[in-house]
Amino acid sequence: MSRRLVIKNGRVMDPSSGFDAVADVAIEDEVIKQVGGDVDATGAEVIDATGLIVAPGFIDMHVHLREPGFEHSETIETGINAAAAGGFTTVCCMPNTNPVNDSAMVTNYIIEKARRLNSVTVYPIGAITKGSLGEELASIGSMKQAGIVAISDDGKPVMNARVMRRAMEYAKAFHIPVIQHCEDLHLSHGGDMHEGMESVRLGLRGIPACSEDVMVARDILLTEVTGARYHVAHLSTKNSVAMVAFAKAKGLPVTCEVTPHHFALADSDVLPYDSNYKMKPPLRSGPHVQGCIDGIVSGTVDALATDHAPHSGADKMQEFERCPFGILGLETAIPLSLHHLVHPGRISLMKMIALYTTGPAGVLRLDRGTLRVGAQADITIFSATQKWTYDVNKSKSKSRNSPFHGHEYVGGQATAIVAGRVVGSTLG
Amino acid sequence: MSGLLGIEDLDRGFIQSILDRAADFQVKDGGSTFQKLNTLQGKTLVNLFFEASTRTRTSFEIAAKRLGCDTISITASGSSVSKGESLVDTLATLAAMRPNAIVMRHAASGAPHFLQRHLNIPIVNAGDGLHEHPTQALLDARTILDRRRSLSGLRVAIIGDIAHSRVARSNIHLLSKFDAHVVLCGPAPLLPPELARLAPGVILTTDMREAIQRADVVMMLRVQLERITEAAFPAGEYFKFYGLRAEHLHLANPEVLVMHPGPINRGREISSEVADSKASMILNQVENGIAVRMAVLERILQQ
Repeated sequence: MSRRLVIKNGRVMDPSSGFDAVADVAIEDEVIKQVGGDVDATGAEVIDATGLIVAPGFIDMHVHLREPGFEHSETIETGINAAAAGGFTTVCCMPNTNPVNDSAMVTNYIIEKARRLNSVTVYPIGAITKGSLGEELASIGSMKQAGIVAISDDGKPVMNARVMRRAMEYAKAFHIPVIQHCEDLHLSHGGDMHEGMESVRLGLRGIPACSEDVMVARDILLTEVTGARYHVAHLSTKNSVAMVAFAKAKGLPVTCEVTPHHFALADSDVLPYDSNYKMKPPLRSGPHVQGCIDGIVSGTVDALATDHAPHSGADKMQEFERCPFGILGLETAIPLSLHHLVHPGRISLMKMIALYTTGPAGVLRLDRGTLRVGAQADITIFSATQKWTYDVNKSKSKSRNSPFHGHEYVGGQATAIVAGRVVGSTLG
Repeated sequence: MSGLLGIEDLDRGFIQSILDRAADFQVKDGGSTFQKLNTLQGKTLVNLFFEASTRTRTSFEIAAKRLGCDTISITASGSSVSKGESLVDTLATLAAMRPNAIVMRHAASGAPHFLQRHLNIPIVNAGDGLHEHPTQALLDARTILDRRRSLSGLRVAIIGDIAHSRVARSNIHLLSKFDAHVVLCGPAPLLPPELARLAPGVILTTDMREAIQRADVVMMLRVQLERITEAAFPAGEYFKFYGLRAEHLHLANPEVLVMHPGPINRGREISSEVADSKASMILNQVENGIAVRMAVLERILQQ
């Protein structure tokens, strides 16, 4: 007997085909069997999606699952549970674990561990350099064979331009993009928040916007030399947006992502010395926030990604300048995107879905993010209308570091379906 | 339970009342030292200094004792801080011993603000990182007002490493609230342009002579090499361009007051000649530190 699931009466929206209508979706044996038309639900498990959006499974191409090494903050299990609760069916985890994911052994460990949990799909991103120290290239080819989908030294930029150039050349031959955390460490030296009025007022050392800009500029020039696919992680400045647009106009294989917190909050929203507002890149000033939003609207931005970065309470309960960088993101991504992008009319709901599906799938060349018949049945069902309040204490993550606790949203509760099976839900 | 975290959020009336009360505590003509009172008898104050400080810690201690308050001073070295205990745990432990307030100095900006959100005990900020040093601004204002009728309309030049100075920030806020004109001056890398928007009436210049021109008060800041994590300016020529010398004083108002929060570096930011001149208020500032801190502690511990 084949296992069948029918999602009835939802508004089915698939950016990969442009399909947008109230319809039923039939799933059989882990793959999508039928979208729309006369769906026979006899003998099938049925999910009533009346009033809800039915979309391809959302992909978060930038998360930190903290395992191995930092299990006090998050584990692969708690991380993907948070992903599922937030409506994500696929996540790509950054390699800054301990040990760093710079070898096939660590890649295999992560993939195996995730596979046994039989839930959200985890695609690891391997390190660019050994130990992410920026010196010697990691075993990029072996990690690719083991299953990584990109390389990045996220959290630590590759400061040495020659190393970056070699990494791009090498990665190109293995058909994977190089993802850069763009931050010139000499310019950002010792900084804790965006350099500007607020950092001056609070007496905190600044991370200037130009520390991101100069590295984006350098890397785009290297892309031209190497022809490698290059992706800017968590882009946060208006000049970065402009430079990525320039690179695209020149036909260079450059892509970028923006996090929800960078379009939702500015440095002036920082609750003074509250580490839940501390991340890299930092929350920027208004013009940069607007620059990111403009980049999303214009299509310069390819994907939205959370940079989900759990830190335990003890790590975050310190003097601001001693706290680690990063905040939770998986469970607030859809509500923030609706609240700041879709509801104010900046982008369509279809466009928002694309930024979490076809967008990241395109950057990483994943066979995901579509409701095409025959594709793996990864589906995100979410509300775009129900009011609710985010309570970080109910998070599936092991950590609690979010500035959005207590915020009210319209829509964003979701059900995540992976290979035809519900893996998490916050829909009532 | 409110302590004193910074000048920025205080209103003018509150500041004025502290300054007025501090005048009551000043050593009057013929007096040899501060009055001994028992206003705060039965109260306990903890002075918690995570950064080296002689004058501020001593000043708070004397102020508390003159009011009859029991005080305990703790410096970071030799305390649980060196055993790796977190700041919150350290403070919570001290708070559990039921002092009436904690005076704290910390190298991290916002450390007392962060703690005040988690602890139900008044915290008096004795300097947090690069951020604020509220009692310094109060004692500076008291010192100016001992010589001038009002702060309003005065031209006050603050010269030195403004970017890394909590003394500058607190003074900018206080002076601006009382309608003084504040001229900030220092090497450009230590003078972020955003400072001009920190408070109304603030202007910036990198030219020391321009800053001192017609100044009623010149506040020199200590060159804090320990706070500068990089070569932001050529230290070797600092005194040449930003050190206060006798020749500068001719540019200022003839009655100019020269101030410095101390400890001074003779020959680095101020010449000995100026530091020891009649215009120098440096020791008056130290003395007023006690009167102002008596007023602050009285206000906070009597609530």
